[in-house]
Amino acid sequence: MKTKKLNLTLNLFAGAALAFVGLAMGATSSYAQDGSTLRAVKSKGFVQCGVSQGLPGFSNADDAGNWTGIDVDVCRAVAAAVFGDADAVKYTPLSAKERFTALQSGEIDVLSRNTTWTLQRDTGLGIVFTGVNYYDGQGFMVRKSLGVSNALELAGASVCTNTGTTTELNVADYFRANSMDYELVAFEKADEVVVAYDAGRCDVYTTDQSGLYAQRLKMTDPSEQVVLPEVISKEPLGPAVRIGDAQWANIVKWTLFAMLNAEELDITSRNIDAKSSSSDPAILRFVGKEGSFGENMGLPNDWAYHIVKQVGNYSESFERHVGPNTPLGISRGLNALWKDGGLQYAPPIR
Amino acid sequence: MALPTSSTEDSGAGRLLSWWRNPEIRGVFFQILTLLIVIWVGWTVADNTIQNLNRLNIASGYDFLEDTAGFSINFSLVDYSEESSYGRALLVGFLNTVLCAGLGIVLATVLGFIVGIARLSNNWIIARLATVYVEIIRNVPLLLQIFFWYIGVLRALPNPRDSLEPIPNVFLNSRGLIVPTPILQSGTGFVFAAFVLACVGSFFLWRWARLRQQQTGQQFPVFWTSMAMIVLLPLAVFFLAGSPVSLVLPELKGFNFATGSTLVPELVALVLALSIYTASFIAEIVRSGIQAVNWGQTEAASSLGLHRGQTLRLVIIPQAMRVIIPPLTNQYLNLTKNSSLAAAIAYPELVSVFAGVVLNQTGQAVEVLSIVIAIYLSLSIVTSVFMNWYNAKFALVER
Repeated sequence: MKTKKLNLTLNLFAGAALAFVGLAMGATSSYAQDGSTLRAVKSKGFVQCGVSQGLPGFSNADDAGNWTGIDVDVCRAVAAAVFGDADAVKYTPLSAKERFTALQSGEIDVLSRNTTWTLQRDTGLGIVFTGVNYYDGQGFMVRKSLGVSNALELAGASVCTNTGTTTELNVADYFRANSMDYELVAFEKADEVVVAYDAGRCDVYTTDQSGLYAQRLKMTDPSEQVVLPEVISKEPLGPAVRIGDAQWANIVKWTLFAMLNAEELDITSRNIDAKSSSSDPAILRFVGKEGSFGENMGLPNDWAYHIVKQVGNYSESFERHVGPNTPLGISRGLNALWKDGGLQYAPPIR
Repeated sequence: MALPTSSTEDSGAGRLLSWWRNPEIRGVFFQILTLLIVIWVGWTVADNTIQNLNRLNIASGYDFLEDTAGFSINFSLVDYSEESSYGRALLVGFLNTVLCAGLGIVLATVLGFIVGIARLSNNWIIARLATVYVEIIRNVPLLLQIFFWYIGVLRALPNPRDSLEPIPNVFLNSRGLIVPTPILQSGTGFVFAAFVLACVGSFFLWRWARLRQQQTGQQFPVFWTSMAMIVLLPLAVFFLAGSPVSLVLPELKGFNFATGSTLVPELVALVLALSIYTASFIAEIVRSGIQAVNWGQTEAASSLGLHRGQTLRLVIIPQAMRVIIPPLTNQYLNLTKNSSLAAAIAYPELVSVFAGVVLNQTGQAVEVLSIVIAIYLSLSIVTSVFMNWYNAKFALVER
């Protein structure tokens, strides 16, 4: 009897060991080598894109499961550049704390999830940021009934935010620098923050200002909420890729630059076909009729044409998802082109 | 196919075959094989992780624990500020986990025993109410219950400017329960000494009473005497020492009470949800334990003249405990691990603070998660060891 029991235990052990072996084998090659990401993306036929779990205007799924937003447009533009088909994207919704692990482990090809570019993230996490698709800053939202008009009046307030972001560090710095007490209530997900703030747990909701405008729409009474004018931090949001694959980093970087250059050259999804026959060399280079700029990245020469034709230029994307005519109603501000007084500036395609 | 049976082959392959048929040798062989596989798998996983981390240029090691955390935590049992280290934040998270798990275990046990015994009540209404409680609570996911208590409690509470004041100087609002902070002054040591003395005295009183009952059959009201000693003695010393505790009263200033101590609503909601949920399982365990005790025991106790309460306390429960304790240990372990759901309602426990905020700020997932796993493992093992010891104490002594 005893031997039989022993054997049963042994079998269980052997089964568990085999399962582990499988895991170890499967997890061997997740680091990036130059060119490997593009090869892998081409062979599977789509771009795997990490997005948020639902932030209107940036990355948000509708009832039918279609993702929209300016972060989603970056993914769609990458797919348009690689495949000539902006729909060749699959989305992975990620929480703030899952996002870097998902990118490091190779689960996603691009992280385009309102992620702030910081030195620590750029150098210590095995990822590189490829540009800024939205210049943001952290702000505060309060109820109008509190009668607060200035962030310096917030001493002693309870502050709700979500964890795993630069937000809680910025708010700590701001309150400490101004010698004000506060209580930080940090939730895991943005939706939980909205519910708790709405239920009266906190006086203040703090996150990136774009996020405040987006989350305000989910409150019971959006008109009762007011976003304070102070911006307490620099939050350049942009896409990131794994370190080590310069080719793929270039593709994502120049996809964003192509959208900005298109706006600067006044090329839109509607007029690109007409413009393609113009004699302006900058436009001819852009649509791939002159030079071989796409080939150097391992892409077809008309990569930028497909981006603008199918996704649009930066302005079109902005106005479609977050601009003044959307529920978010955010003006271009810092995100205007450099020649219009903003910060958006792309190196030339030549 | 015929098996080789001739004597010449017995000396070679046949002997090997006969070893193989010896269950003991075979057992040892498989144990060694399994051990080798486990070591190889462990080594491969570790080596792989280290290589990949190096290739990906991800910082590794545990040095980050000494770096400044820079974020704030709203509920802490030890001193903590933004200047504290990540290691300190880990301690805060760990203590908060232990606090909510400890409170949850005590409350769940008390509630679970009450409901479990109520299910066996002869009173139709009490028994049915207990059944309804068990069936509703244990069939609703815990995360939903946590949200229910959290949002339910929050919605019901007023904002700080309209705080409720159920007892003078104790305030209740959506920021939590605010009580005066006691400041201990010299002389409080005597009060604690008196308390310890009363406890030790009660222990000896209990031993003396038991011995006397065994020898003479006379009973002594141990419980009430001990209670009186433990409450009255420190109280008397407290007043003799001239009330050596001063209170810092809560004072409303700006958005909230600036002074006083706050019990955050997250902790209340979490402990409520965890203990009510786990109590429904404990109730079933208690019921099954009691039903496992033969009805003859009750009859025998009655024939000795014990009344119902005594029968339950002296005869049924001690025997039921042998059935109750092992599954009860599981529930305690479950409750401790379930406390990690607190991240959803912003209670700053281990997972929320360390595997959440710190993990994301440092990006060192392997190190952070290894620490969290080690802590949960140790907590669970400590609980198991204690419960096994308790179980051994209750085990049937066979003569």
